[in-house]
Amino acid sequence: MRRIYFDNNATTPMLPEVRAAMEPYFAEHFGNASSIHHHGQETRFAVEKARDSLAKLLGCRASEIVFTSGGTEGDNLGIFGVVQAGDHVITSTIEHHAVLFSCQRLQEIGVAVSYIPVNGQGLVDPEDVKRALRPNTKLISVMMANNETGVLQPLEEIGKIAAEADVYFHTDAVQAAGKVPIEVNRIGCDLLSISGHKMHAPQGVGATYVKKGTQLQPMLYGGRHERQRRAGTENVAGIVGLGKAAEIALHAFERGDDLKMATMRDQLQIALLSAAEASGVNGAAAPRVPNTANIYFDSIEGEALVIALDLKGLAVSTGAACSSGATEPSHVLTTMGLSPERARASIRFSLGKQNTEEEIDFAICAVPQTVARLRDLSPLWKKKLLATSC
Amino acid sequence: MSGGVDSSAVAALLRAEGHTIVGLTMQLWNQRRLAGHAGMPESVQGRCCSIDDVYDARRVAEKINIPYYVVNHEARFERDVVKPFVSEYLAGRTPIPCSLCNNFLKFDEFLVMARQIGAEKIATGHYARVSYSEESGRWLLQRPVDRAKDQTYFLFGLTQEQLSRTLFPLGGMTKAEVREIARQHGLASAEKPESQEICFVPGGDYKRFIEAYLEEQGEALPDSSGELVATDGATLGEHAGVHNFTVGQRKGLGIATGSPLYVIQINPADHKVVLGKDEELFSKTLRARELNWISVEDVREPMRVSVKIRHRHEPAMAWIQKSCDDEVTGTFDEPQRAITPGQAAVFYDGEIVVGGGWIV
Repeated sequence: MRRIYFDNNATTPMLPEVRAAMEPYFAEHFGNASSIHHHGQETRFAVEKARDSLAKLLGCRASEIVFTSGGTEGDNLGIFGVVQAGDHVITSTIEHHAVLFSCQRLQEIGVAVSYIPVNGQGLVDPEDVKRALRPNTKLISVMMANNETGVLQPLEEIGKIAAEADVYFHTDAVQAAGKVPIEVNRIGCDLLSISGHKMHAPQGVGATYVKKGTQLQPMLYGGRHERQRRAGTENVAGIVGLGKAAEIALHAFERGDDLKMATMRDQLQIALLSAAEASGVNGAAAPRVPNTANIYFDSIEGEALVIALDLKGLAVSTGAACSSGATEPSHVLTTMGLSPERARASIRFSLGKQNTEEEIDFAICAVPQTVARLRDLSPLWKKKLLATSC
Repeated sequence: MSGGVDSSAVAALLRAEGHTIVGLTMQLWNQRRLAGHAGMPESVQGRCCSIDDVYDARRVAEKINIPYYVVNHEARFERDVVKPFVSEYLAGRTPIPCSLCNNFLKFDEFLVMARQIGAEKIATGHYARVSYSEESGRWLLQRPVDRAKDQTYFLFGLTQEQLSRTLFPLGGMTKAEVREIARQHGLASAEKPESQEICFVPGGDYKRFIEAYLEEQGEALPDSSGELVATDGATLGEHAGVHNFTVGQRKGLGIATGSPLYVIQINPADHKVVLGKDEELFSKTLRARELNWISVEDVREPMRVSVKIRHRHEPAMAWIQKSCDDEVTGTFDEPQRAITPGQAAVFYDGEIVVGGGWIV
């Protein structure tokens, strides 16, 4: 069966160039990057070259990049690395669980946390962040792009608020990296976490920007790696892959690939909305990353639509892969004001660099047909039809 | 696919017959939800929907190479199975959650979802047989070949529409044969032990479950304490709540007497629990409501049937007759022991399920 993958916010396929760049570092160049000898020097060079690429991608110094195992570790590091019992933290209600659950843990160890809600378009109001500041506020952590809706948050304004209040500012940029240009100085953040596998590098590698001067407490102890910010032998092949993916992403912005992707996404969105009644885009009026469309089809069960489409060869999702199997409707969509029913009727389409126009056409054909079949069998839809006909 | 041997064998059988099939596991209850509440263990090894069972089901799906998904029906399960389970006990009745799960989950919400994803029918590992009668123009539910495994008692609520979309491939086999099929297909679940207890009640301790669930919901256990009385009305003692009793129960009554005493009746109105001798448990009549008919459209004339009043009960001959629109009165030839409100009365015409209802 032909398989089409529109779930790139869950993970992306590695690009062939990334894989090729990594290949020598599995067996040929195997050295421990901390070793003195030739083998170590070879891999040290590769790690530092990748660090340069990441620094270029984020607009920072190479020394400000810490390699991690991925977004979750980066978020944990950015939070637990600067916060202590007695502090106050401000975050939003739409964060990824890597941030939300970390904040819940903070509350258990004596940290006060304020959760800033979002408006109907999924946007945090920077004024709310400002109002939440307290004398003991230590950290603001607000994500750059939401994983479910793709909505881009007003980080620059939040960055200014953080700077004025002299509060650390961390952002989970996992869903933004590689999709939109990132400049840490414009954002005004002190900490920014990204993940390799969301941008066509392998799973198990990520990076966190740590602004020079940030008093960061490491979470892993064991060696002087990463300037004593993250102990553990470097995942050289992964880091090389992440470096290559960063280079590719930068070139892609220069070529305007992000605009092309937005065009494809919009095409899909418009076609689906016109083919299926009682549907709409969540966060449509907010700025979004170019690859994500979160669409509701009223009176369907998102879980059933995902399975039905998978059986036709089209991979999409109901939201965060990490939340699959959860009963509760998406916390992101409900906090935006969607009813639980509409939140459960929402599906996320997220494109990647490998997707083609032809694949978009397939989705435009397959999705409305499947939605119609689901609705024919849906007790909710029948009820709705009856209600509108009387 | 529960991860057990029966549904695993069903999948392997249908796959071998060349059907296009999709494996689905229903996630119905989070076994960790009540951990730590009202004396529930912190780590609960539940019977169903556990990570281990889902893992086993997934392994089977991989082995026989079929698409496989876990679908979440926890919300409906809680609303239509768990909550009624709790409220029935609190009202002094003895519920059967398995029948509710069949009526509202497996053969309703789940069947709808299966059809939405493109399936024509669902197949389950129940021991029962379903067939279409040209003569009556109705779908029939029949007892299985393996009498010891008969699950028709829990399936009396199925509608004609539901039966028409259901396959029970194990109805013609014995459990031993089913295990052999699983072995032949190299399925890891072939040797898995039987599950007997209520899937969401760890260790079968329903009283503790009810207390833990209410605590989690932030609700107080309603005070249904009252008197233990003899059949002649004499007070024998006190009890802490009607949910601690079920008709026919002997142990845990909290009083010591010379001759063994049994719960004869639970009176939800005044919280009185009537105790008596074993012979006082026997009765010739029952009343059943919320009826569902399978082999017949309705019962307008008195009908000769055998009636099963609990899962492990040998059907006993009786006459049934409508007492009003949605109530049947059953009159047994011989008195039956412990006819229990909340349980189902299922009516059989030999092998065939005529219908059934809930004992009041």
